[in-house]
Amino acid sequence: MSGTFTKSMARNIFYGGTVFFVLLFLALSFDTMKELPKRDNRANLTESVINGKKLWEVNNCIGCHSLLGEGAYFAPELGNVYPRRGPEFIKAWIQAMPTGAPGRRQMPNFGFTDQELDDLVAFLKYSSEINTANWPPNIEG
Amino acid sequence: MQYKSQAVAKPYFIAAIALFTGQILFGLIMGLQYVVGDFLFPEIPFNVARMVHTNLLIVWLLFGFMGAAYFMIPEETETELYSPKLAIAMFWIFLVAGALTIVGYLTVPYATLAKMTGNDILATMGREFLEQPLVTKIGIVVVALAFLFNLSMTMLKGRKTSIGLVLLLGLWGLAIFFLFSFYNPHNLVLDKFFWWWVVHLWVEGVWELILGALLAFVLIKVTGVDREVIEKWLYVIITLALVSGIIGTGHHYFWIGTPEYWQWWGSIFSALEPIPFFAMTVFAFNMVNRRRRDHPNKAATLWALGTGVMAFLGAGVWGFLHTLAPVNYYTHGTQITAAHGHMAFYGAYAMVVLCIISYAMPILRGRAANSAKAQVMEMWSFWLMTVSMVFITLFLTAAGIVQVWLQRFSDTPIAFMAAQDQISLFYWMREVAGVFFLIGLLVYIASFFVKGETKAAA
Repeated sequence: MSGTFTKSMARNIFYGGTVFFVLLFLALSFDTMKELPKRDNRANLTESVINGKKLWEVNNCIGCHSLLGEGAYFAPELGNVYPRRGPEFIKAWIQAMPTGAPGRRQMPNFGFTDQELDDLVAFLKYSSEINTANWPPNIEG
Repeated sequence: MQYKSQAVAKPYFIAAIALFTGQILFGLIMGLQYVVGDFLFPEIPFNVARMVHTNLLIVWLLFGFMGAAYFMIPEETETELYSPKLAIAMFWIFLVAGALTIVGYLTVPYATLAKMTGNDILATMGREFLEQPLVTKIGIVVVALAFLFNLSMTMLKGRKTSIGLVLLLGLWGLAIFFLFSFYNPHNLVLDKFFWWWVVHLWVEGVWELILGALLAFVLIKVTGVDREVIEKWLYVIITLALVSGIIGTGHHYFWIGTPEYWQWWGSIFSALEPIPFFAMTVFAFNMVNRRRRDHPNKAATLWALGTGVMAFLGAGVWGFLHTLAPVNYYTHGTQITAAHGHMAFYGAYAMVVLCIISYAMPILRGRAANSAKAQVMEMWSFWLMTVSMVFITLFLTAAGIVQVWLQRFSDTPIAFMAAQDQISLFYWMREVAGVFFLIGLLVYIASFFVKGETKAAA
């Protein structure tokens, strides 16, 4: 860098550029907030779904699974598990854990009540109905 | 040591290295669970090991950043720290809170921990990287505010350099964006949208200011190049980082229910994100080539150069690899992401903290640099850890490519677990590379105990 480009010029570009892009980011975020009601399936945020989300969180499901592709990559994607497996399979599967099969990855048994299982399924159904721009590429997640 | 109060950095650095060791041990546990699924089950299920692994990473890097700031700011401001006592008090609070949190993860089921710690009052737990109980989160905020108060007061009474300002700006940003971890709406899309305001705006935003400041500080010290030149570079690098990184947040908004224009914004701007890291590499090599003195601490110089290169590879190249929306459509949430995450965190943040520790620790121990013998050992650990991380990343990338092929790209996609079985060979190789990483870390720790002739600090 030559002598004509000084530190104070670099500093001014830094502050100016940062402010500009922060404002642009805020504008895009603001627009996103306006667009989201069309895409995020908020109409179906029932009590059961809300409780299901809480169960999802307090049992740290994201520590093994991914949800809409975010989380851990140790266990299957669950954003589309509802259409992939259906409600009854999901509930039976959760209850059957752990399999205890030697050498296989194990999921703990969380001792959910029937109501809690229904809430979790409701949350997974709600998640699967979010408009994710056609992701994942296929039903296997 | 030029200023007595810099000494408070020492316990921070020691804690950082200790927690780093814990992180690696849990990483090895998880790596093994990938192939021997029932290893340590039910004592340490995978999700618990992962939470410990990632949370220890965050906490040891924070210890490293704080130690770095306490070491750097007195020298930059040319004045003693506002309150060394406050710094030491915060050290113990942070360490005890961190340790209790980890003990909580390991001894109590997570749902019970949530109940015990007031998650019903304000539900913030159970989201990736933000798993900490509410009390811990509040503790982090308190410690961060006390820390920032201490540093800001120091800066107010002393010299205000660009490095000092950029460092403080980065640290204030870190604290401010962490506040979004308290916002957890029921709406999953909103939850995810603002979750990234912590995670992305940390690691691809304000943390890069901290990274730049630490690197610039060490480069001034070890090369003796004029401060004006180095600080100009620093401003250029962080401008590039924020210009690309802020809108680059959009690369997380492709498939989570957000509008599809983010595919354009996110792809284009995050494709620019390698540029600041490339600039950082050029910067580091350039400054070392133009050095005006031969600093006796060769190891610190090696870490500084290594940070540039590995941050560029891990954050820049491996980030770019899967950041374009049409590619990310297939790679999102696969081992490709894991590969990138490992090398980016190691290359950018772990290495820069090890770099400042390498520079500062000998001085804190009363010498300009460690003995030649100790430095050779430290450099061995540099190569062992760095090469191991390259291999961890390559094996995970291979695993990711095969996973994407089998599960996503093929005409006859197979189920997740069936695909995992197919790639277990790569997981085994990753685990072996992980063992070498641990060996490197043990060599690193051992290098602190190697004696030999040293010169007293200037």
